[in-house]
Amino acid sequence: MMELNPLVIFFASIFTNNMILSNFLGMCSFIAISSEIKTSLSLGQAVTFVLTFTTLLNYLVYHYLLVPLGLEYLRYIVFIIIIAAFVQLIEMIIDRYFPALYHALGIFLPLITVNCAVLGVSLFMIIRDYTLLQSIAFGLGSGLGWTLAIVTMAGIRQKIKNAPIPKGLEGAGITLIITGLMALAFIGFSGIVVIQ
Amino acid sequence: MAGKTKKIMIQGIWKDNPVFRQILGICSALAVTNLMLNSLVMGLGLIFVTAFSELTVSLIRKWTPKHIRMMVQTLIISAYVIIVDIFLKAYYPSISTALGPYVGLIITNCIIMGRCESFAQNNPPHLAFLDGVASGTGYLLVLLVISFFRELLGFGTLFGISVLGEAWVSWTLMIMPPGAFFMLGILIWVTKNMISEKPAKGGAKS
Repeated sequence: MMELNPLVIFFASIFTNNMILSNFLGMCSFIAISSEIKTSLSLGQAVTFVLTFTTLLNYLVYHYLLVPLGLEYLRYIVFIIIIAAFVQLIEMIIDRYFPALYHALGIFLPLITVNCAVLGVSLFMIIRDYTLLQSIAFGLGSGLGWTLAIVTMAGIRQKIKNAPIPKGLEGAGITLIITGLMALAFIGFSGIVVIQ
Repeated sequence: MAGKTKKIMIQGIWKDNPVFRQILGICSALAVTNLMLNSLVMGLGLIFVTAFSELTVSLIRKWTPKHIRMMVQTLIISAYVIIVDIFLKAYYPSISTALGPYVGLIITNCIIMGRCESFAQNNPPHLAFLDGVASGTGYLLVLLVISFFRELLGFGTLFGISVLGEAWVSWTLMIMPPGAFFMLGILIWVTKNMISEKPAKGGAKS
């Protein structure tokens, strides 16, 4: 396994290996909630937050609990439970101590449990055999990359709100085509850093 | 009975097709469709997981407390996904590596969760099982259509067999992520036009 600088992983996961644009993760909420910049920014923040911490938690549980016990094959169940429990916990904490933040992020938190990006990052982390520091960089970078993509998309969709789009393409269709164009633009970044 | 069976199948495969009618579960629909073989395996895996998860959810629906049912459903789905994962690792290791984390991501595929919640929760086991097969098949068909064009244009092959010959210049774009987005966007466009023509007279909801 090649040792990658965590900083390299961080930038790579924002630009070259963007979760949405090159790994297709988190598409469901990406399409459903990208019509307004403000809401998509809130969702992006919530996803970044949850991603960073669940990646860390899953790393610790996987390497210090599942591997020693020889239970690697249970990782899907364990990861999804950790993510669900973490989201629930955060929801309660934010609700109790930061009511303003709860109003901004509250409705999105339950959605994040089923956001494939969150589970996907944890699974990629295991497959690519990252160290602790690399995993944190990867989680944070993926979250920011996801936010970047969804906010950009919301900006574009606000601009084209009144554009004459063919009837069948309205909504999901045009969003996917724009995503394709965005992915094409992001390919311009590839070659700067490569992680696999 | 026979009529109902037919109705469920048609709904799952065409009318309420999870991918292009409900825009669900497209993460994996995009990720694995650069090769037809991968798509086929992924689709079959999804049919298995959806059908059996719905069956199980339906069987225990009377004893599941309402407020923890989401958690129960997730656990049931995860258990079946683990079975698929272990099966692939044991018998088809090369495909298992190619699909990578996307097998595990079947868990967060909203199709399964959505069908469990909306159908299996209120229907007897045999119908739930059938509904799972139908939704899964609808998903598989979409995967195959997308991957047909992507593999054909991107590699000039189908299931790894050369179709277009040596002279074909591959569209590398089709194998890369943008190709997947364009393909699905166009597919949604085409199917929307095909479906929306009929209910236009009767004044459908959407």
